[in-house]
Amino acid sequence: MINLEIDTDLARKILTGFLHSEISRAGYAHAVVGVSGGVDSAVSCYLAAEALGPENVLAVMMPYKTSSQESLEHARMVIDALGVNAILVPITEMVEPLFQRFPEADQIRRGNAMARVRMIILYDQSEAFKGLVVGTGNKTEILLGYTTLYGDSACALNPLGDLYKTQVRQLARAIGIPEVILHKPPTADLWKGQTDEGELGFTYAKVDQLLFLLVDQRYTPEECVEAGFAREFVETVVERVRRNQFKRLLPPIAKLSNRTVGYDFLYLRDWGT
Amino acid sequence: MRLTIALAQIATMLGNVDANLEKHLALAQEARAAGADLLIFPELSLTGYALQDLAPVVARQPDKQDACFRQLLEASTGLDIVVGFVEEDRRHRFYIAAAYLSGGEVAHVHHKVYLPTYGLFDEGRFFAWGDSVRAFDTRFGRAGMLICEDFWHASPPYLLWLDGADLFLFSSASPGRGLRNEPQLESARWVEHINRAYASLFTAFVAHSNRVGYEDGLNFWGGSTVFDPNGELLVKAPYHQEALTLAEIDLNQMHRTRARLPLLRDERTALVMRELRRILEGPDRGVR
Repeated sequence: MINLEIDTDLARKILTGFLHSEISRAGYAHAVVGVSGGVDSAVSCYLAAEALGPENVLAVMMPYKTSSQESLEHARMVIDALGVNAILVPITEMVEPLFQRFPEADQIRRGNAMARVRMIILYDQSEAFKGLVVGTGNKTEILLGYTTLYGDSACALNPLGDLYKTQVRQLARAIGIPEVILHKPPTADLWKGQTDEGELGFTYAKVDQLLFLLVDQRYTPEECVEAGFAREFVETVVERVRRNQFKRLLPPIAKLSNRTVGYDFLYLRDWGT
Repeated sequence: MRLTIALAQIATMLGNVDANLEKHLALAQEARAAGADLLIFPELSLTGYALQDLAPVVARQPDKQDACFRQLLEASTGLDIVVGFVEEDRRHRFYIAAAYLSGGEVAHVHHKVYLPTYGLFDEGRFFAWGDSVRAFDTRFGRAGMLICEDFWHASPPYLLWLDGADLFLFSSASPGRGLRNEPQLESARWVEHINRAYASLFTAFVAHSNRVGYEDGLNFWGGSTVFDPNGELLVKAPYHQEALTLAEIDLNQMHRTRARLPLLRDERTALVMRELRRILEGPDRGVR
């Protein structure tokens, strides 16, 4: 049976505890979150504010000139509701010189550059605000690799990475994210009219169910077909998950010595704390 | 006879034995002041759980020569203490261990027998497995200690039962997993089920001390419990927060329960032995 529903109180308790514990053990009391106006970053921002207190959270809005006005309004809605600190850092003047240097750059290159410029701003604010960057990536996009490496995937810690998009929405509803944010189509807002589901070619509702069987329930692709998913869809998703494994790991180090970082030099981040 | 058990449901610092020791000593004082006779700490309470390459660094031998154990042994003159640590034996093998300290002496040490090495677990990579399951005498009667995965298997609690244990002292550092649409994690549900089952099947007391806190992305869920010989829940600590939880148990409950339900009296150990031998020494060697 495919049931993606979660106990949102329990999730919230574990995730706020996680943020508080891991940020303070790293020696920080503050968090920095990129807030786009979408549901994922809204939830991350809410959780960070609940974990650390809104006065210890900095929300960063980073629109590009083609970003929708609505996104910015929704971001402000979240910021106002929480009472977190906020700054607006438009990225247009940072990315335009690159686009002028490479006018032939397609939407993928432009989208990646924008995501990475946002990463630069967040990590700059991390130092300025003395806070850790809290990630906003969910399990669906991590598994599908629907993310820019060293861009929107870059963070110090991620509270949402083990929740499918459907589950993030459920959590968002429970913690009181405004309805208008909950109900709009998810988008990276990298170009006009872009939506996640349009670009991926399937809905989150559908792919989350398939991923739940493949990953959480350890179904074989064949068993997923037997469970009623179209073969082509299953094959596309399985291949996508495989092809994007590189985005989920640190770059491999070529092993030469007897003790090598990543293979046999093994410590958690929480080492000593 | 009455006995007050205290469950020290703590978060630990990873690889920082001095800081963890301080917390142990403070809680020993607090538990003693509250009237506890026996204080149970979680698995690897002195060291933290996901030690990886820190295991050999934090390892020690549980005796008075060790500065850390010297202080714990002193504290054990006030109340008995079960503590979790990494033991390095004389030939430098490292074990996940639990020690029972009483009256300034080490009464018993258990080495974790079952080291989960699957899924998120990697214990078999870093530790040697224990090779015995023994009950031991305490001033409250005969007891047995098991560590986490040890009691996910049915045989170690059964062996302790046959070896005379009436007090089952379990410790865990159980990573929370299996979020569903229920107010408790799947891992919590499972452990509570089996502990209630052991208390019922063995008509004995089962105390379980589980840790809380986080290590990187892992959460530890707490929810420490004591079940009585009727399988009734006597106390349960909160999920996901530190707590010192006390339960006064009436050891004479075993007299009443076993008068009603003589499962121990009727256990056919010779039959078990005979059938085990047949199964294990048969042509399939127990692999069916």
